[in-house]
Amino acid sequence: MQRSRIAGFDFGLAGMGVLVVVLGFSSATFAVLGGKVASVAADQSRMKASLKVTSNGLFQVHELQTDTGNVVREFVSPDGTVFGVAWTGNQMPDYSQLLGRYTDAINKAAQSRKEHRAPLTIQQPGFVFSAFGHMRFFTGRAYIPGLVPAGVTVEEIR
Amino acid sequence: MTHPKRLVLALLPCVLLILAAACGGGGSSNSNNGGGSTVQNTLPVSVNSGISTQFAYTNGIFVSVVVCQPGTNNCVTVPNVLLDTGSTGLRLLSGTVSGIGLTTVATGSQTLTNCVQYLDNSYDWGPVATADIKLAGEVASSVPIQIIAEPGDVFPAAPSSCGGTAINTTDLFGANGILGVSFYQQDCGSACVPGTTSNGGSYYSCSTSACTLTTASLSQQLQNPIGMFSSDNNGLMLTLPTIGAGGAVSANGTLAFGVDTQSDNALGSAFVLLPNAFGNFSTTFKSTTTNVGFIDSGSSALFFLTNASTGLAGCTTFTGFYCPSSTQSLTATNQGANGGTSTVPFSVANGDNLLNSNNDVFSNLAGTGDDTTNNPPFTYFDWGLPFFFGRSVFVVLEGQSAGSQAGPYWAY
Repeated sequence: MQRSRIAGFDFGLAGMGVLVVVLGFSSATFAVLGGKVASVAADQSRMKASLKVTSNGLFQVHELQTDTGNVVREFVSPDGTVFGVAWTGNQMPDYSQLLGRYTDAINKAAQSRKEHRAPLTIQQPGFVFSAFGHMRFFTGRAYIPGLVPAGVTVEEIR
Repeated sequence: MTHPKRLVLALLPCVLLILAAACGGGGSSNSNNGGGSTVQNTLPVSVNSGISTQFAYTNGIFVSVVVCQPGTNNCVTVPNVLLDTGSTGLRLLSGTVSGIGLTTVATGSQTLTNCVQYLDNSYDWGPVATADIKLAGEVASSVPIQIIAEPGDVFPAAPSSCGGTAINTTDLFGANGILGVSFYQQDCGSACVPGTTSNGGSYYSCSTSACTLTTASLSQQLQNPIGMFSSDNNGLMLTLPTIGAGGAVSANGTLAFGVDTQSDNALGSAFVLLPNAFGNFSTTFKSTTTNVGFIDSGSSALFFLTNASTGLAGCTTFTGFYCPSSTQSLTATNQGANGGTSTVPFSVANGDNLLNSNNDVFSNLAGTGDDTTNNPPFTYFDWGLPFFFGRSVFVVLEGQSAGSQAGPYWAY
Protein backbone atom coordinates (compact mmCIF):
# COMPACT_ATOMS: atom_id res chain seq x y z
CA MET A 1 0.00 0.00 0.00
CA GLN A 2 1.19 3.44 -0.86
CA ARG A 3 1.78 5.21 2.40
CA SER A 4 0.67 8.61 1.40
CA ARG A 5 -0.79 10.02 4.52
CA ILE A 6 -2.58 13.27 4.65
CA ALA A 7 -4.44 13.33 7.88
CA GLY A 8 -6.00 15.87 10.09
CA PHE A 9 -5.79 19.52 9.40
CA ASP A 10 -4.46 21.27 6.40
CA PHE A 11 -2.51 24.42 6.86
CA GLY A 12 -0.63 23.62 3.67
CA LEU A 13 -2.32 26.12 1.46
CA ALA A 14 -1.00 29.01 3.49
CA GLY A 15 2.51 27.85 2.77
CA MET A 16 1.81 27.98 -0.91
CA GLY A 17 1.27 31.68 -0.71
CA VAL A 18 -2.14 31.54 -2.24
CA LEU A 19 -3.35 35.02 -2.94
CA VAL A 20 -7.01 35.70 -2.72
CA VAL A 21 -7.90 38.93 -4.40
CA VAL A 22 -10.95 40.41 -2.83
CA LEU A 23 -13.36 41.74 -5.39
CA GLY A 24 -16.56 43.55 -4.73
CA PHE A 25 -19.61 41.41 -5.32
CA SER A 26 -22.16 43.04 -7.54
CA SER A 27 -24.73 40.32 -7.11
CA ALA A 28 -26.96 40.32 -4.09
CA THR A 29 -28.52 37.02 -5.02
CA PHE A 30 -25.59 34.97 -3.91
CA ALA A 31 -23.83 36.05 -0.88
CA VAL A 32 -21.82 36.70 1.19
CA LEU A 33 -18.40 36.62 2.75
CA GLY A 34 -16.65 39.54 1.12
CA GLY A 35 -19.95 40.73 -0.34
CA LYS A 36 -22.17 43.64 0.49
CA VAL A 37 -24.63 43.75 3.32
CA ALA A 38 -27.51 43.42 0.87
CA SER A 39 -26.46 39.82 0.36
CA VAL A 40 -27.53 38.99 3.90
CA ALA A 41 -31.09 39.09 2.63
CA ALA A 42 -30.31 36.24 0.26
CA ASP A 43 -29.05 34.18 3.15
CA GLN A 44 -32.10 35.03 5.19
CA SER A 45 -34.38 33.91 2.38
CA ARG A 46 -32.45 30.74 1.75
CA MET A 47 -32.35 29.82 5.43
CA LYS A 48 -35.96 30.94 6.09
CA ALA A 49 -34.47 32.65 9.12
CA SER A 50 -35.33 35.56 11.36
CA LEU A 51 -32.97 38.53 11.31
CA LYS A 52 -31.71 40.64 14.19
CA VAL A 53 -29.25 43.46 13.63
CA THR A 54 -27.05 44.90 16.37
CA SER A 55 -24.18 47.35 16.27
CA ASN A 56 -21.35 48.22 18.61
CA GLY A 57 -20.13 51.24 16.66
CA LEU A 58 -17.27 49.37 15.03
CA PHE A 59 -19.32 46.86 13.12
CA GLN A 60 -22.82 45.46 12.72
CA VAL A 61 -23.85 41.91 13.45
CA HIS A 62 -26.66 40.52 11.32
CA GLU A 63 -27.83 37.45 13.19
CA LEU A 64 -29.92 34.92 11.31
CA GLN A 65 -31.76 32.28 13.31
CA THR A 66 -33.88 29.40 12.05
CA ASP A 67 -36.77 27.70 13.78
CA THR A 68 -34.60 24.60 14.03
CA GLY A 69 -31.91 26.28 16.11
CA ASN A 70 -29.28 27.16 13.55
CA VAL A 71 -27.62 30.54 14.00
CA VAL A 72 -25.47 32.43 11.48
CA ARG A 73 -23.86 35.74 12.40
CA GLU A 74 -22.62 37.98 9.61
CA PHE A 75 -20.19 40.72 10.58
CA VAL A 76 -20.52 43.88 8.52
CA SER A 77 -18.02 46.71 8.40
CA PRO A 78 -19.04 50.41 8.29
CA ASP A 79 -18.66 50.43 4.51
CA GLY A 80 -21.24 47.66 4.26
CA THR A 81 -18.95 44.70 3.57
CA VAL A 82 -19.38 41.30 5.19
CA PHE A 83 -15.90 40.69 6.62
CA GLY A 84 -16.64 37.63 8.72
CA VAL A 85 -19.24 34.99 9.46
CA ALA A 86 -19.73 32.59 12.33
CA TRP A 87 -22.20 29.76 12.77
CA THR A 88 -23.52 27.33 15.35
CA GLY A 89 -26.26 24.80 15.00
CA ASN A 90 -27.40 21.25 14.65
CA GLN A 91 -26.63 21.24 10.96
CA MET A 92 -23.83 22.68 8.87
CA PRO A 93 -24.54 25.86 6.97
CA ASP A 94 -24.48 25.80 3.19
CA TYR A 95 -20.86 26.84 2.72
CA SER A 96 -21.35 27.65 -0.94
CA GLN A 97 -24.12 30.06 -0.01
CA LEU A 98 -22.45 31.58 3.02
CA LEU A 99 -18.83 31.77 1.88
CA GLY A 100 -19.34 32.14 -1.87
CA ARG A 101 -16.20 31.51 -3.85
CA TYR A 102 -14.11 31.15 -0.73
CA THR A 103 -15.65 27.69 -0.58
CA ASP A 104 -13.11 26.77 -3.26
CA ALA A 105 -10.32 26.97 -0.68
CA ILE A 106 -12.22 24.57 1.57
CA ASN A 107 -12.82 22.16 -1.27
CA LYS A 108 -9.15 22.25 -2.23
CA ALA A 109 -8.22 21.48 1.36
CA ALA A 110 -10.70 18.59 1.40
CA GLN A 111 -9.23 17.17 -1.78
CA SER A 112 -5.72 17.30 -0.38
CA ARG A 113 -6.52 15.31 2.73
CA LYS A 114 -7.99 11.89 3.25
CA GLU A 115 -9.68 11.62 6.59
CA HIS A 116 -12.63 13.88 6.21
CA ARG A 117 -14.06 13.25 9.65
CA ALA A 118 -11.43 15.51 11.18
CA PRO A 119 -12.00 19.19 11.89
CA LEU A 120 -10.59 21.65 9.38
CA THR A 121 -8.61 24.83 9.76
CA ILE A 122 -7.40 26.99 6.88
CA GLN A 123 -5.13 29.97 7.32
CA GLN A 124 -4.34 31.89 4.18
CA PRO A 125 -3.41 35.55 3.82
CA GLY A 126 -6.82 36.27 2.40
CA PHE A 127 -9.02 33.71 4.15
CA VAL A 128 -9.16 32.16 7.60
CA PHE A 129 -11.55 29.28 8.31
CA SER A 130 -12.08 27.02 11.29
CA ALA A 131 -14.86 24.45 11.68
CA PHE A 132 -15.46 21.69 14.16
CA GLY A 133 -18.16 19.61 15.77
CA HIS A 134 -20.00 16.40 15.16
CA MET A 135 -23.38 15.27 13.86
CA ARG A 136 -26.08 17.49 15.45
CA PHE A 137 -23.53 20.11 16.53
CA PHE A 138 -21.55 22.18 14.07
CA THR A 139 -19.80 25.44 14.67
CA GLY A 140 -17.15 27.53 13.01
CA ARG A 141 -16.13 30.87 11.62
CA ALA A 142 -14.52 32.41 8.59
CA TYR A 143 -13.20 35.86 7.86
CA ILE A 144 -11.11 37.89 5.46
CA PRO A 145 -8.19 39.41 7.37
CA GLY A 146 -7.83 42.36 5.04
CA LEU A 147 -11.44 43.40 5.51
CA VAL A 148 -11.55 43.34 9.31
CA PRO A 149 -12.11 46.98 10.34
CA ALA A 150 -9.48 48.78 12.38
CA GLY A 151 -10.00 48.33 16.10
CA VAL A 152 -11.79 45.00 15.74
CA THR A 153 -10.12 41.85 17.07
CA VAL A 154 -10.79 38.61 15.26
CA GLU A 155 -11.86 36.98 18.52
CA GLU A 156 -15.03 39.03 18.21
CA ILE A 157 -16.03 37.01 15.13
CA ARG A 158 -17.93 34.30 16.92
CA MET B 1 -12.72 -5.04 -1.39
CA THR B 2 -13.71 -4.00 -4.84
CA HIS B 3 -17.08 -3.57 -6.34
CA PRO B 4 -17.50 -5.91 -9.26
CA LYS B 5 -20.88 -4.64 -10.27
CA ARG B 6 -21.93 -1.15 -11.10
CA LEU B 7 -25.12 -0.35 -9.43
CA VAL B 8 -27.93 1.23 -11.32
CA LEU B 9 -29.97 3.11 -8.82
CA ALA B 10 -33.61 2.81 -9.54
CA LEU B 11 -35.28 6.14 -9.30
CA LEU B 12 -38.80 4.99 -8.91
CA PRO B 13 -39.51 4.73 -5.24
CA CYS B 14 -40.54 1.38 -3.92
CA VAL B 15 -38.87 -0.43 -6.76
CA LEU B 16 -36.11 -2.84 -6.01
CA LEU B 17 -32.94 -0.88 -6.21
CA ILE B 18 -30.58 -3.55 -7.23
CA LEU B 19 -30.90 -5.50 -10.39
CA ALA B 20 -27.98 -7.85 -10.07
CA ALA B 21 -28.79 -11.39 -11.00
CA ALA B 22 -28.85 -14.36 -8.70
CA CYS B 23 -28.84 -12.59 -5.43
CA GLY B 24 -27.96 -14.35 -2.28
CA GLY B 25 -24.50 -15.57 -3.05
CA GLY B 26 -21.65 -14.50 -0.88
CA GLY B 27 -23.79 -13.35 1.94
CA SER B 28 -24.20 -14.72 5.35
CA SER B 29 -27.07 -14.51 7.69
CA ASN B 30 -27.80 -15.26 11.25
CA SER B 31 -30.97 -16.93 12.28
CA ASN B 32 -33.10 -15.00 14.66
CA ASN B 33 -32.53 -15.65 18.25
CA GLY B 34 -35.15 -17.57 20.14
CA GLY B 35 -37.14 -15.47 22.52
CA GLY B 36 -35.81 -15.19 26.02
CA SER B 37 -32.42 -16.69 25.51
CA THR B 38 -29.24 -14.68 25.72
CA VAL B 39 -28.25 -13.18 22.40
CA GLN B 40 -24.67 -13.24 21.20
CA ASN B 41 -23.98 -9.54 21.58
CA THR B 42 -20.32 -9.00 20.74
CA LEU B 43 -18.73 -8.10 17.45
CA PRO B 44 -14.99 -8.00 16.75
CA VAL B 45 -13.58 -4.63 15.72
CA SER B 46 -10.25 -3.91 14.08
CA VAL B 47 -8.20 -0.75 14.06
CA ASN B 48 -6.03 -0.59 10.96
CA SER B 49 -5.05 1.34 7.85
CA GLY B 50 -8.25 0.79 5.91
CA ILE B 51 -8.79 -0.38 2.35
CA SER B 52 -7.87 2.57 0.16
CA THR B 53 -5.16 1.93 -2.40
CA GLN B 54 -4.35 5.65 -2.18
CA PHE B 55 -3.70 6.25 1.49
CA ALA B 56 -3.26 4.61 4.86
CA TYR B 57 -6.02 5.46 7.28
CA THR B 58 -4.77 6.60 10.67
CA ASN B 59 -6.64 5.06 13.59
CA GLY B 60 -9.44 3.78 11.39
CA ILE B 61 -11.77 1.50 13.35
CA PHE B 62 -13.73 -1.03 11.33
CA VAL B 63 -16.46 -3.64 11.69
CA SER B 64 -18.29 -6.05 9.39
CA VAL B 65 -21.99 -5.47 8.88
CA VAL B 66 -24.51 -8.01 7.52
CA VAL B 67 -27.14 -6.29 5.40
CA CYS B 68 -30.23 -8.08 4.15
CA GLN B 69 -33.24 -7.48 2.00
CA PRO B 70 -35.87 -6.98 4.69
CA GLY B 71 -37.51 -10.13 5.91
CA THR B 72 -35.36 -12.44 3.83
CA ASN B 73 -32.11 -14.33 4.08
CA ASN B 74 -30.88 -12.52 1.01
CA CYS B 75 -27.91 -10.92 2.71
CA VAL B 76 -24.40 -9.68 2.12
CA THR B 77 -21.56 -9.19 4.57
CA VAL B 78 -19.94 -5.80 4.12
CA PRO B 79 -16.53 -5.70 5.79
CA ASN B 80 -14.39 -2.67 6.58
CA VAL B 81 -17.16 -0.33 7.65
CA LEU B 82 -16.00 2.56 9.84
CA LEU B 83 -17.43 2.52 13.35
CA ASP B 84 -18.35 6.07 14.34
CA THR B 85 -19.65 7.12 17.75
CA GLY B 86 -19.85 10.69 16.43
CA SER B 87 -22.67 10.16 13.91
CA THR B 88 -25.84 8.16 13.42
CA GLY B 89 -26.84 5.89 10.57
CA LEU B 90 -25.46 3.19 8.31
CA ARG B 91 -24.06 4.48 5.05
CA LEU B 92 -22.69 2.05 2.47
CA LEU B 93 -21.13 2.54 -0.95
CA SER B 94 -23.67 1.35 -3.50
CA GLY B 95 -21.43 -1.37 -4.91
CA THR B 96 -21.25 -3.17 -1.59
CA VAL B 97 -24.94 -4.01 -1.63
CA SER B 98 -25.43 -4.40 -5.37
CA GLY B 99 -25.91 -8.14 -4.87
CA ILE B 100 -29.10 -7.87 -2.88
CA GLY B 101 -32.35 -6.13 -3.51
CA LEU B 102 -32.97 -3.08 -1.41
CA THR B 103 -35.98 -0.85 -1.75
CA THR B 104 -35.74 2.91 -1.70
CA VAL B 105 -37.86 5.03 0.60
CA ALA B 106 -40.42 7.24 -1.10
CA THR B 107 -41.20 10.84 -0.33
CA GLY B 108 -44.35 11.64 -2.25
CA SER B 109 -43.75 10.21 -5.69
CA GLN B 110 -40.02 10.73 -5.49
CA THR B 111 -37.02 9.16 -3.79
CA LEU B 112 -35.96 10.21 -0.31
CA THR B 113 -32.27 11.04 -0.49
CA ASN B 114 -29.76 11.73 2.26
CA CYS B 115 -26.84 14.10 2.39
CA VAL B 116 -24.29 13.90 5.17
CA GLN B 117 -21.83 16.76 5.31
CA TYR B 118 -18.38 16.72 6.81
CA LEU B 119 -16.59 19.74 8.19
CA ASP B 120 -14.42 20.20 5.12
CA ASN B 121 -17.46 20.42 2.82
CA SER B 122 -17.01 16.83 1.67
CA TYR B 123 -20.13 14.70 1.68
CA ASP B 124 -21.86 11.38 1.14
CA TRP B 125 -24.91 11.50 -1.08
CA GLY B 126 -27.44 8.92 -2.12
CA PRO B 127 -30.92 7.46 -1.70
CA VAL B 128 -32.40 6.13 1.51
CA ALA B 129 -33.27 2.43 1.36
CA THR B 130 -34.51 -0.01 3.97
CA ALA B 131 -32.54 -3.06 5.05
CA ASP B 132 -32.31 -5.55 7.85
CA ILE B 133 -29.03 -5.08 9.70
CA LYS B 134 -27.41 -7.96 11.57
CA LEU B 135 -24.59 -7.28 14.01
CA ALA B 136 -23.38 -10.26 16.03
CA GLY B 137 -26.61 -12.03 17.05
CA GLU B 138 -28.61 -8.82 17.06
CA VAL B 139 -31.07 -7.90 14.31
CA ALA B 140 -32.55 -4.52 13.42
CA SER B 141 -35.37 -4.86 10.90
CA SER B 142 -36.29 -2.52 8.07
CA VAL B 143 -33.77 0.15 8.97
CA PRO B 144 -33.44 3.23 6.76
CA ILE B 145 -29.84 3.37 5.52
CA GLN B 146 -28.04 5.52 2.97
CA ILE B 147 -26.84 3.98 -0.27
CA ILE B 148 -23.90 6.20 -1.24
CA ALA B 149 -24.08 6.85 -4.97
CA GLU B 150 -20.81 5.90 -6.65
CA PRO B 151 -19.37 7.36 -9.85
CA GLY B 152 -21.28 5.85 -12.74
CA ASP B 153 -24.45 5.24 -10.80
CA VAL B 154 -27.53 6.59 -12.49
CA PHE B 155 -28.63 9.10 -9.91
CA PRO B 156 -28.91 12.90 -9.84
CA ALA B 157 -25.76 14.69 -8.78
CA ALA B 158 -25.63 16.21 -5.34
CA PRO B 159 -26.64 19.87 -5.27
CA SER B 160 -24.00 22.38 -4.20
CA SER B 161 -25.84 22.83 -0.90
CA CYS B 162 -24.86 19.25 -0.01
CA GLY B 163 -21.16 19.94 -0.34
CA GLY B 164 -18.19 20.27 -2.63
CA THR B 165 -16.23 17.02 -2.51
CA ALA B 166 -17.91 13.63 -2.89
CA ILE B 167 -16.53 10.77 -0.83
CA ASN B 168 -17.95 8.04 -2.99
CA THR B 169 -15.32 5.35 -3.64
CA THR B 170 -13.36 2.97 -1.44
CA ASP B 171 -10.18 4.77 -2.45
CA LEU B 172 -11.55 8.09 -1.27
CA PHE B 173 -13.30 6.68 1.79
CA GLY B 174 -10.71 4.15 2.90
CA ALA B 175 -13.73 2.06 3.88
CA ASN B 176 -16.87 0.49 2.43
CA GLY B 177 -19.05 2.79 4.46
CA ILE B 178 -19.67 4.11 7.92
CA LEU B 179 -21.78 2.79 10.79
CA GLY B 180 -22.89 5.69 12.98
CA VAL B 181 -23.77 4.61 16.51
CA SER B 182 -23.90 7.90 18.40
CA PHE B 183 -26.35 8.34 21.26
CA TYR B 184 -28.83 9.96 18.90
CA GLN B 185 -31.39 7.57 17.45
CA GLN B 186 -31.71 9.51 14.15
CA ASP B 187 -29.12 11.37 12.14
CA CYS B 188 -31.03 14.67 12.03
CA GLY B 189 -33.88 14.36 14.50
CA SER B 190 -36.54 16.99 15.06
CA ALA B 191 -34.73 19.63 12.97
CA CYS B 192 -35.70 17.80 9.76
CA VAL B 193 -39.26 16.68 10.43
CA PRO B 194 -42.33 17.96 8.55
CA GLY B 195 -43.51 21.25 10.00
CA THR B 196 -40.11 22.84 10.31
CA THR B 197 -39.85 25.80 8.01
CA SER B 198 -36.11 25.66 7.54
CA ASN B 199 -34.07 22.65 6.69
CA GLY B 200 -30.35 22.36 7.08
CA GLY B 201 -29.90 20.03 4.19
CA SER B 202 -29.92 16.41 5.38
CA TYR B 203 -32.83 15.23 3.24
CA TYR B 204 -33.78 15.79 -0.38
CA SER B 205 -36.56 14.64 -2.64
CA CYS B 206 -35.18 13.40 -5.97
CA SER B 207 -36.84 12.82 -9.32
CA THR B 208 -34.88 11.15 -12.10
CA SER B 209 -33.17 14.41 -12.85
CA ALA B 210 -33.32 16.85 -9.95
CA CYS B 211 -33.47 17.08 -6.19
CA THR B 212 -34.99 19.58 -3.81
CA LEU B 213 -34.70 19.98 -0.06
CA THR B 214 -37.35 18.15 1.89
CA THR B 215 -38.25 17.03 5.37
CA ALA B 216 -38.32 13.49 6.72
CA SER B 217 -40.22 12.06 9.65
CA LEU B 218 -38.21 10.60 12.51
CA SER B 219 -39.01 7.07 11.34
CA GLN B 220 -37.94 7.85 7.77
CA GLN B 221 -34.56 9.21 8.85
CA LEU B 222 -31.38 7.18 9.11
CA GLN B 223 -31.33 5.30 12.39
CA ASN B 224 -28.90 3.97 14.91
CA PRO B 225 -29.58 0.25 14.39
CA ILE B 226 -28.80 -0.53 18.03
CA GLY B 227 -31.96 1.25 19.13
CA MET B 228 -33.96 -1.03 16.81
CA PHE B 229 -32.64 -4.31 18.20
CA SER B 230 -35.15 -6.40 20.13
CA SER B 231 -32.63 -6.86 22.94
CA ASP B 232 -29.43 -5.16 24.09
CA ASN B 233 -30.86 -2.04 22.48
CA ASN B 234 -29.93 0.66 24.98
CA GLY B 235 -26.37 1.30 23.83
CA LEU B 236 -22.92 -0.12 23.37
CA MET B 237 -19.63 -0.81 25.07
CA LEU B 238 -16.49 -0.48 22.95
CA THR B 239 -13.30 -2.00 24.34
CA LEU B 240 -9.89 -1.51 22.76
CA PRO B 241 -6.49 -2.68 23.99
CA THR B 242 -3.61 -0.59 25.23
CA ILE B 243 -1.22 0.52 22.46
CA GLY B 244 2.51 0.88 22.95
CA ALA B 245 4.27 4.22 22.75
CA GLY B 246 5.43 3.71 19.17
CA GLY B 247 2.05 2.60 17.90
CA ALA B 248 0.96 -0.60 16.19
CA VAL B 249 0.15 -1.85 12.72
CA SER B 250 -3.28 -2.93 13.85
CA ALA B 251 -5.27 -3.71 16.97
CA ASN B 252 -8.29 -5.83 17.75
CA GLY B 253 -11.10 -5.01 20.12
CA THR B 254 -14.69 -5.80 20.94
CA LEU B 255 -17.97 -4.01 20.41
CA ALA B 256 -20.62 -5.25 22.85
CA PHE B 257 -24.25 -4.28 22.31
CA GLY B 258 -26.31 -3.24 25.29
CA VAL B 259 -25.19 -1.63 28.51
CA ASP B 260 -25.82 -3.51 31.74
CA THR B 261 -27.97 -6.03 29.85
CA GLN B 262 -25.61 -9.00 29.98
CA SER B 263 -22.63 -10.13 32.01
CA ASP B 264 -20.24 -8.85 29.35
CA ASN B 265 -21.40 -5.22 29.24
CA ALA B 266 -21.65 -4.23 32.89
CA LEU B 267 -21.51 -0.50 33.54
CA GLY B 268 -19.96 -1.11 36.94
CA SER B 269 -18.38 1.98 38.43
CA ALA B 270 -17.78 3.71 35.12
CA PHE B 271 -17.82 7.52 35.21
CA VAL B 272 -21.09 8.76 33.72
CA LEU B 273 -20.90 11.86 31.55
CA LEU B 274 -24.17 13.52 30.57
CA PRO B 275 -24.18 15.79 27.51
CA ASN B 276 -25.70 19.25 27.38
CA ALA B 277 -28.38 20.20 24.86
CA PHE B 278 -25.77 20.31 22.11
CA GLY B 279 -24.38 16.84 22.79
CA ASN B 280 -21.24 18.10 24.51
CA PHE B 281 -19.65 18.25 27.95
CA SER B 282 -17.02 20.53 29.45
CA THR B 283 -13.32 19.77 29.35
CA THR B 284 -10.62 21.67 31.18
CA PHE B 285 -7.04 21.55 29.97
CA LYS B 286 -4.61 23.51 32.10
CA SER B 287 -6.39 26.82 32.62
CA THR B 288 -8.68 26.61 29.61
CA THR B 289 -12.20 25.23 29.82
CA THR B 290 -14.35 24.50 26.80
CA ASN B 291 -18.00 23.53 26.87
CA VAL B 292 -17.50 21.68 23.59
CA GLY B 293 -15.99 18.39 24.72
CA PHE B 294 -17.05 15.23 22.94
CA ILE B 295 -16.02 11.61 22.41
CA ASP B 296 -15.74 10.48 18.80
CA SER B 297 -14.33 7.18 17.55
CA GLY B 298 -14.40 8.64 14.05
CA SER B 299 -11.73 11.22 14.87
CA SER B 300 -8.26 9.86 14.23
CA ALA B 301 -6.55 11.82 16.99
CA LEU B 302 -7.19 13.96 20.04
CA PHE B 303 -7.86 17.46 18.74
CA PHE B 304 -7.69 20.41 21.10
CA LEU B 305 -6.62 24.05 21.41
CA THR B 306 -3.63 25.50 19.60
CA ASN B 307 0.15 25.45 19.71
CA ALA B 308 0.21 28.75 21.57
CA SER B 309 -2.37 27.79 24.16
CA THR B 310 -0.93 24.32 24.85
CA GLY B 311 2.76 25.15 24.54
CA LEU B 312 3.11 22.12 22.27
CA ALA B 313 5.15 22.49 19.09
CA GLY B 314 3.51 21.84 15.76
CA CYS B 315 4.64 19.21 13.26
CA THR B 316 6.52 20.24 10.17
CA THR B 317 5.56 17.35 7.88
CA PHE B 318 2.11 16.51 9.16
CA THR B 319 1.02 20.04 9.84
CA GLY B 320 -1.80 20.45 12.30
CA PHE B 321 -0.56 17.67 14.57
CA TYR B 322 1.47 18.24 17.71
CA CYS B 323 5.17 17.44 17.63
CA PRO B 324 6.70 17.82 21.09
CA SER B 325 10.41 16.93 21.15
CA SER B 326 9.69 14.42 23.89
CA THR B 327 6.44 12.69 24.72
CA GLN B 328 4.31 14.78 27.06
CA SER B 329 2.21 13.23 29.82
CA LEU B 330 -0.83 15.43 30.28
CA THR B 331 -4.28 15.42 31.82
CA ALA B 332 -7.63 16.98 31.06
CA THR B 333 -10.73 16.99 33.21
CA ASN B 334 -14.22 16.20 31.95
CA GLN B 335 -17.42 17.33 33.61
CA GLY B 336 -20.88 16.50 32.40
CA ALA B 337 -24.26 18.09 32.93
CA ASN B 338 -24.69 15.75 35.92
CA GLY B 339 -21.71 17.22 37.74
CA GLY B 340 -18.79 15.20 38.99
CA THR B 341 -15.40 15.37 37.36
CA SER B 342 -13.07 12.85 35.78
CA THR B 343 -9.42 13.62 35.17
CA VAL B 344 -8.13 11.72 32.17
CA PRO B 345 -4.41 11.16 31.66
CA PHE B 346 -3.13 11.06 28.08
CA SER B 347 0.13 11.30 26.20
CA VAL B 348 1.10 13.38 23.22
CA ALA B 349 4.03 12.03 21.20
CA ASN B 350 5.79 13.51 18.19
CA GLY B 351 3.24 13.32 15.39
CA ASP B 352 5.80 13.39 12.59
CA ASN B 353 7.67 10.46 14.12
CA LEU B 354 4.48 8.48 14.56
CA LEU B 355 3.04 9.18 11.14
CA ASN B 356 6.35 8.60 9.36
CA SER B 357 6.53 5.10 10.84
CA ASN B 358 4.94 2.00 9.35
CA ASN B 359 2.33 1.97 12.09
CA ASP B 360 -1.21 3.24 11.72
CA VAL B 361 -2.62 2.81 15.21
CA PHE B 362 -1.66 5.34 17.89
CA SER B 363 -2.85 6.14 21.38
CA ASN B 364 -0.71 9.27 21.67
CA LEU B 365 -1.48 11.20 18.48
CA ALA B 366 -2.93 14.67 18.94
CA GLY B 367 -3.54 17.74 16.86
CA THR B 368 -4.53 21.35 17.09
CA GLY B 369 -8.12 22.38 17.15
CA ASP B 370 -8.29 25.95 15.96
CA ASP B 371 -6.80 28.63 13.78
CA THR B 372 -3.91 30.36 15.48
CA THR B 373 -5.36 33.84 15.13
CA ASN B 374 -7.81 33.08 17.88
CA ASN B 375 -6.65 33.93 21.36
CA PRO B 376 -8.18 32.51 23.44
CA PRO B 377 -9.16 29.88 20.91
CA PHE B 378 -12.60 29.21 19.56
CA THR B 379 -12.02 26.07 21.45
CA TYR B 380 -13.09 22.49 21.80
CA PHE B 381 -11.73 19.13 22.94
CA ASP B 382 -12.33 16.18 20.62
CA TRP B 383 -11.57 12.92 22.41
CA GLY B 384 -10.88 10.90 19.27
CA LEU B 385 -9.92 7.26 18.94
CA PRO B 386 -6.74 7.50 21.06
CA PHE B 387 -9.04 8.02 24.05
CA PHE B 388 -10.61 4.58 23.50
CA PHE B 389 -7.38 2.57 23.82
CA GLY B 390 -6.94 0.71 27.08
CA ARG B 391 -10.49 1.24 28.32
CA SER B 392 -14.13 0.45 27.75
CA VAL B 393 -16.29 3.33 26.56
CA PHE B 394 -20.07 3.15 26.90
CA VAL B 395 -22.65 5.00 24.80
CA VAL B 396 -26.24 4.97 26.09
CA LEU B 397 -28.88 6.07 23.59
CA GLU B 398 -31.44 8.81 23.96
CA GLY B 399 -34.79 7.39 25.01
CA GLN B 400 -33.08 4.45 26.74
CA SER B 401 -31.47 4.01 30.11
CA ALA B 402 -28.82 1.95 31.81
CA GLY B 403 -27.68 1.76 35.40
CA SER B 404 -30.78 3.75 36.49
CA GLN B 405 -29.55 6.71 34.45
CA ALA B 406 -31.53 7.87 31.41
CA GLY B 407 -29.63 8.42 28.20
CA PRO B 408 -28.20 9.98 26.28
CA TYR B 409 -24.85 9.71 27.97
CA TRP B 410 -21.30 8.50 27.73
CA ALA B 411 -19.51 6.51 30.39
CA TYR B 412 -15.99 5.16 30.75
